[in-house]
Amino acid sequence: MDNAITNILLVGVGGQGILLASEILSEAFMLAGFDVKKSEIHGMSQRGGSVVSHVRFGKEVFSPVVPEGQGDILFGFELLETYRYLSLLKPGATVVANDYKIAPPSVLLGQAGYPPALPEKIMAKLPDFLLVDGQGLALKAGDVRAANTVMLGAVSKRLQIADAVWQQALEKMVPKKALEINLKAFAMGREL
Amino acid sequence: MKEILSGNEAIARGAYEAGCLVASAYPGTPSTEILENVINYKEINASWAPNEKVALEVAIGASFGGARSLSCMKHVGVNVAADPLFTASYTGVKGGLVLIAADDPEMHSSQNEQDSRNYAKFAKVPMLEPSDSAECKEFTKLAFELSEQFDTPVMLRSCTRISHGKSVVELGERVTGLPTPKLVKDAPKLVMLPGNARVRHPLVEERSVKLSEYGDTAAINRVEIRSSEIGVICAGVTYQYVREALPDTSVLKLGMVWPLPHALIREFAAKVKQLFVVEELDPFIEEQVKAMGIACQGKELTTLCGELSPGRIQAAFAKAGIIKVAASDVIAAEPVPPRPPNMCPGCPHRGVFYQLNRANAYVTGDIGCYTLGFMPPLNAMDTCVCMGASISMGSGMVRALPPEEQKRVVAVIGDSTFLHTGINSLMEMAWNKAPATVIILDNRITAMTGRQENPASGFTLAGEETSEVNIPELCRVLGIKHVRVVDPYDLDATRLAIEEEMNRPEPSVIITNRPCCLIKGAGRFEKGKILEVDQGKCTGCKACLRIGCPAIEWKPNPDGNKGKAFIDPQLCTGCTVCQQLCKFNAIGGRK
Repeated sequence: MDNAITNILLVGVGGQGILLASEILSEAFMLAGFDVKKSEIHGMSQRGGSVVSHVRFGKEVFSPVVPEGQGDILFGFELLETYRYLSLLKPGATVVANDYKIAPPSVLLGQAGYPPALPEKIMAKLPDFLLVDGQGLALKAGDVRAANTVMLGAVSKRLQIADAVWQQALEKMVPKKALEINLKAFAMGREL
Repeated sequence: MKEILSGNEAIARGAYEAGCLVASAYPGTPSTEILENVINYKEINASWAPNEKVALEVAIGASFGGARSLSCMKHVGVNVAADPLFTASYTGVKGGLVLIAADDPEMHSSQNEQDSRNYAKFAKVPMLEPSDSAECKEFTKLAFELSEQFDTPVMLRSCTRISHGKSVVELGERVTGLPTPKLVKDAPKLVMLPGNARVRHPLVEERSVKLSEYGDTAAINRVEIRSSEIGVICAGVTYQYVREALPDTSVLKLGMVWPLPHALIREFAAKVKQLFVVEELDPFIEEQVKAMGIACQGKELTTLCGELSPGRIQAAFAKAGIIKVAASDVIAAEPVPPRPPNMCPGCPHRGVFYQLNRANAYVTGDIGCYTLGFMPPLNAMDTCVCMGASISMGSGMVRALPPEEQKRVVAVIGDSTFLHTGINSLMEMAWNKAPATVIILDNRITAMTGRQENPASGFTLAGEETSEVNIPELCRVLGIKHVRVVDPYDLDATRLAIEEEMNRPEPSVIITNRPCCLIKGAGRFEKGKILEVDQGKCTGCKACLRIGCPAIEWKPNPDGNKGKAFIDPQLCTGCTVCQQLCKFNAIGGRK
């Protein structure tokens, strides 16, 4: 495999805004002069199902899908989903996850418990793990809906992309009335 | 200018740049967003059709009128549109005619994974297959040109990874100077009666030979020589996987997958010691290469089922001893509870399936969000085959059964699916007096594919107000005497309607009248009062859990006693279905 490619996986639950976050990432990589490919599954996954979005950038990207076991960064929007997709990563990969839980159907119905101690289990396998209080920080920034942008800020620090490029990508992709809060949320995530 | 576009956005852009004037489609994953992007180009008259056959015929009509025309559908949609497709192959075109077929290997959102390339060969029309968004745009433009140059409809095959993948595209300008559409009498070409069709068929066969020769030198079929040891023939997204999995091999990348460029394939085969064909699903290219007398391997290595990927290709080639792959460490996670898709909180279908389950109905189902009614805890769908089949299968099923079993048969279909192909089925059921019950879940939208308008929703693709099919009246004119409308949020009324109509030894239809809770806008879905569980009154009986609403969570009591139910105020829409199930009046409006 071409080592010059960076493989990012965004995982969570349908409806959490994963598609927009992956679009902002892709936009930033293109603006920074890289080749970019991204892939995800729409349709059934919109109905509260598990969602994975693949974003790859580098000099020349072929497959739009990250090969199994080749993920460099896992960007988790929900804790259980973050844990579910660890097998897509390579040893030593980075995990940035929102400390946020959404109960799957079997848990809602009382047939299973939400798996305990997931952060510890992730940390044991991948020590480069950052757990973010996305909702809490977004509230501080002014709107709980900016949680994804806090996360994006935290992920951005692990990527060699200039501040101005991130700013330009956010300006293009985020609706005008929400831009100020999102820029603030992004900056808060970047400080983590 | 560069932009990151999805394959679907790029196909729409390609149609625009090609000077397309008319576009028609029926929504279907992964093709839906093509038309939703085409509508943004005001030069193109774009609209939804009730089904794919109608969509293709709209495009054929526009082509015969002289316009460059586009029709889009998912792979199974081509089954519905196959009738006009096969004869449009004989008539050829006036304005360029392009049919997009979006396949779904791995069945991410489909009931089968049929390989649309077989349609190109079967209908004898050329098929292009792009491998990224840039090619989606360029190949769509080329498809219009080839359509006019070779007087044929042209198919373009996408797949989920291409349609919903995004990559960088350089935008161009819209072509100008195309002929203005006008009526031209040309019966020998456009009236396909036996006498005329017999003249056209040999022309179709000659056209296929010419297209194959075109492919021998066309830039879209490309030889990349890297080694004289191994050569791989591939196309579409599989090309990207091959480049990543086998970076040092020579490749013949086919942009046109039917007809195949015979001379070019022979030339490539002669340059490598070992020849392989790597393709998803059927051995479509492989069988033709073998029929040419050229030795190659294909499905000996890769699967007939599901998607390929760089990893799967590497593993297949390593297993066959052709390449060596270093073993890498795998990060293993323990199994965790699955998260399948579910009907939304407040979905008007939920109460209907709850009552169908209680009534011990045998439900012939159909294609839409409501297919999720088969899942626990509702467990109230027993068959799902294809669009419209619920009613006709129910009609057939009652003929096979003894009277007591007949009563249990209930067909369930959505409004958009009913208008797609359910009308003929209901006509048959009424005509032949089949005593089944039909429930039309009318939520005023094509919900599953992302809320597209349909002929009963009152709006066009462009958002203009328009006529609205009156579904109850339509059922009556088809010959159904017993048609009733019920509020699916009223559990007692829903139960009563289902029981009465199941017991009626005649054809009958129940229509539900609540809109999809995701459709916004005046006169559509309105939230009710958000509900909460009074923890003092909740006895932990779990009755409210039987509807499987994502807004209701069971929280076990840490001290080992019975747990209690909680309602997430962020998710609750106030539909009151759970409230009606609670015998202890524990569920009420939030204070």
